[in-house]
Amino acid sequence: MTEQERSRSRNREDSKEEAEELEVTTEESETDLEELDDLLDEIDSVLEENAEEFVKNYVQKGGQ
Amino acid sequence: MALRKVIGTETEYGIAVRSDPDFNPALGSAMVVNSYPGPRVRVQWSYEEETPGRDARGFGHEGYGISDPEGTLVNAVLANGARLYVDHAHPEYSAPESWDPLEAALYDKAGEGVMRRAAVGATERLGGTRLALYKNNSDGKGNSYGAHENYLLSRATPFGDVIRYAMTFLVTRQLFTGAGKVGSENGRPAVDYQITQRADFFEEEVGLETTLKRPIVNTRDEPHGDPTKYRRLHVIVGDANLSEVQIFLKLGTTALILAALEDGALPDPLDLADPVSACWNVSHDLTFRRPLDLDGGGSATALELQWRYLEWLTKYVEKELDEPVWNRVLTEWEGVLADLEEDPALLADRLDWAAKRRLFERYVDRDGISWSDNKLRALDLQYHDVDPERGLYHRLAARGDMRRLFSAEELAAAESTPPERTRAYFRGRCVTDFPDSLVAANWDSLVFDLGEAHLRRVPMMEPLRGSRDLVGPLLDRVDSASQLIQLLGDQ
Repeated sequence: MTEQERSRSRNREDSKEEAEELEVTTEESETDLEELDDLLDEIDSVLEENAEEFVKNYVQKGGQ
Repeated sequence: MALRKVIGTETEYGIAVRSDPDFNPALGSAMVVNSYPGPRVRVQWSYEEETPGRDARGFGHEGYGISDPEGTLVNAVLANGARLYVDHAHPEYSAPESWDPLEAALYDKAGEGVMRRAAVGATERLGGTRLALYKNNSDGKGNSYGAHENYLLSRATPFGDVIRYAMTFLVTRQLFTGAGKVGSENGRPAVDYQITQRADFFEEEVGLETTLKRPIVNTRDEPHGDPTKYRRLHVIVGDANLSEVQIFLKLGTTALILAALEDGALPDPLDLADPVSACWNVSHDLTFRRPLDLDGGGSATALELQWRYLEWLTKYVEKELDEPVWNRVLTEWEGVLADLEEDPALLADRLDWAAKRRLFERYVDRDGISWSDNKLRALDLQYHDVDPERGLYHRLAARGDMRRLFSAEELAAAESTPPERTRAYFRGRCVTDFPDSLVAANWDSLVFDLGEAHLRRVPMMEPLRGSRDLVGPLLDRVDSASQLIQLLGDQ
């Protein structure tokens, strides 16, 4: 194997690994997203009712 | 060697009664203070010894100070050495003087526990009508209330140097001190989301004000200690934080730069051409790439400037400071800057603004709502609710989504026991041991009523005296405040 071939083969290995890594990342981020959506559902269950009125009425006197 | 950077934070909490938008916030705040069920002593605060109108640049202001139009001046001193009181129609927790940034972060967090229990008590007094408290800094309608930090400085440090060296640091540290906010306020350009709650409210570079035309460097010269030896830097350009790591980082990095300044270890003040607009720009720039013009030409991003501070202070710590806490500050700091560079979403477990942004972005993506939707504004408020059921920070923390520094036990203990290495120890112990004799207080004194013709005042002009080492054995020995005063007099 020439130096060039070795290099090419290494590159191929690398890109194979990269592709595998990429797959793992995608899977992970899908799990992440599911978890995040669970969290959003949890938050929705405790969110103050009538967000518009809640936000409108939250008026503070200025402080320091 | 720089003076130890004794640190204490002050936080004004937002207050609301959902079912009664017209309720009086000053009276409500007084009720919060009076409802705190933990050990506390209602005291008179000795305002005559306070000098909020004295300017560090060397002049005084007449008529600047305390007024009480609504008769709601309510003050309590807690067993942990903190002050719980009403300030500008907000309940405020001023944490006890702490030895280092880690301890100061612990006592800042302990304040949330104090407020949570006080809110529960106030809700009971209101017959079950919920009184809610928010550890935030803005109502989203142009009204801000503060979260201040205090650092002990030497009187010998020229204040002009403090102004020059602190300015750029305070503006650029917003990258990791912000609590996040939907939208903008106070006439600033419209944005969907920004890093800080407070930046929109800063309008001056330097000044004495704290409630209007707020300055980046506040010049209040009120050392709360021997004025011939000490200054107190009163930092008002920061957000109230829920994240423990973030509070530690905010206090630790700022204490470090001030110590390095006092030791002459900062090569260059890195002056900004326009610090005020830079303050808004850093908060509004979620690309983290916007250059800030430097005075004397050239530009740098806030992140680049922070890397430079980190480099300087790493050298400073190596040379001057051997306590492990400072290396911990550097490690957290480096991690945050590296993540900001690589992918700011990585910071969602450490920085309030990033934690909120992760949630809000998903709501926008998933539900197709706009950034100005009231739902996001409601969530923005609710992140800061001190109630562990409703507060979104607390929800995230309970799920393990936020990195923690303190256990529940440590936080509970910090609510009722004082720091041991500052004068807060003496104050806290006196609250626990002699609640009936303690009648007035200030940061630098306690006043006792011993049933004599005159009240007895114990001055505490040295922030590091009154520690457990110095007064613990004496306090353990005495049975009454009279005995304590007598023995103190003998010493």
